[in-house]
Amino acid sequence: MRVLVTDHDGNEHELEALEGWRVMEVIRDWGLDIKAECGGACACATCHVFVNENWVERLEGATAEEEDMLDTVPDVQLNSRLSCQILMSDDLDGLQVTLAPSSRSEEVAA
Amino acid sequence: MSGNEIHTDVVIIGAGPVGLFAVFELGLLDVKCHLIDILDRAGGQCAELYPEKPIYDIPGFPIVSGQELTDNLMKQIAPFEAEFHFSRMIETLEKLEDGTFKLLSDDGDVFFAKVVVVAAGGGSFQPKRPPVPSIEEYEGKSVFYSVRRMEEFRDQDLVIVGGGDSALDWTLNLAPLAKSVTLVHRRDEFRAAPASVNEMRKLVAEGKVDLKIGQIGGLEGADGQLSAVVLKTADGEVNVPATRMLPFFGLTMKLGPVADWGLELNDNLISVDTEKFATSVPGVFAIGDINHYPGKLKLILSGFHEAALMAQAAKKIISPDERVIFQYTTSSTKLKKKLGVV
Repeated sequence: MRVLVTDHDGNEHELEALEGWRVMEVIRDWGLDIKAECGGACACATCHVFVNENWVERLEGATAEEEDMLDTVPDVQLNSRLSCQILMSDDLDGLQVTLAPSSRSEEVAA
Repeated sequence: MSGNEIHTDVVIIGAGPVGLFAVFELGLLDVKCHLIDILDRAGGQCAELYPEKPIYDIPGFPIVSGQELTDNLMKQIAPFEAEFHFSRMIETLEKLEDGTFKLLSDDGDVFFAKVVVVAAGGGSFQPKRPPVPSIEEYEGKSVFYSVRRMEEFRDQDLVIVGGGDSALDWTLNLAPLAKSVTLVHRRDEFRAAPASVNEMRKLVAEGKVDLKIGQIGGLEGADGQLSAVVLKTADGEVNVPATRMLPFFGLTMKLGPVADWGLELNDNLISVDTEKFATSVPGVFAIGDINHYPGKLKLILSGFHEAALMAQAAKKIISPDERVIFQYTTSSTKLKKKLGVV
């Protein structure tokens, strides 16, 4: 199954995903720039993505825990979700998301 | 500003689980440590990001919470009486002519150490900055991410943003002092302690606090002095006159000054060897999530292992003439005495 991810530079990537994987894990494992500080524990909100409007309703709703974390996301929008809380399944094949600015890792000159 | 001068064997930058365990390994070798952390308590990511969440991969603990692990480590290192410097960050690291190090913290303290251990995890926890254009111009002058002195908010028109304990606590603490308090949150549900939320609602009902559901759209002001906060709400744009703003969006890790100390970095991580976990600067070691080497896994248990090997190498630098015999804590009376169990 596939996830279509638009990165911080506006480029679209088609990523192969396995059932049960968190969307954050798919994005991270394919090497896209996603901070995901807490590794999927719903504790940092740095895996923040904007879900394409066609897909927003097709996702399972956010838990209270996820909503609490979304409170701490400065660039939150109505279609914001934490990608570590979205698990891939056949229903979500073709899911489209865009990486939010707040999920970007710091750039530090080496 | 304190301006204290501290002389010690080892300065450990970061008091998360790996920095804490380094105290143990170094302590067994009679090495004294001072630890610095930007948080106001020990535990690093474990205490800040997942104190109540279960960890399943700590050897010997089928399940342990972030806070429990921190508490256990603090107990384990207690015999070695390490000294902690919280709510501070090391800004500069300088190697002196005699091979030792001088470190300057952001509150004016100076540390002199023979060895430096960077156990900075993902970087120092710093407040998340709202993505509002030109907010940097107001930071430190009329936009603040923490309250150092409540008096600075007396008679001010204050906007507080957030839905957690920080936002609610400061709403309640500053309402009696400020000229006006507007609490802004993106939804009408708060994750703060229910008692605080109830008290806030009471103040709103009494007209002492104004609650606005929305998000910051922009700031108005000049020369760093705020005059209004523009909010985006369901009813459109709302202009709130304000002279001070406190955004509470939680913390995020930033590499910060570590990047400026001349250490060889690999993708924002400090390159080390796998024998001693030494960095490119002799006398400076890096352990835990902050380091990088072929095959590195960002696991707490990896950091523990790295601390053990680092301690052996650090000891050789600190006491080059001392003959150190490898001993086990279970069988060595000397070690058991150090741990206070004999």
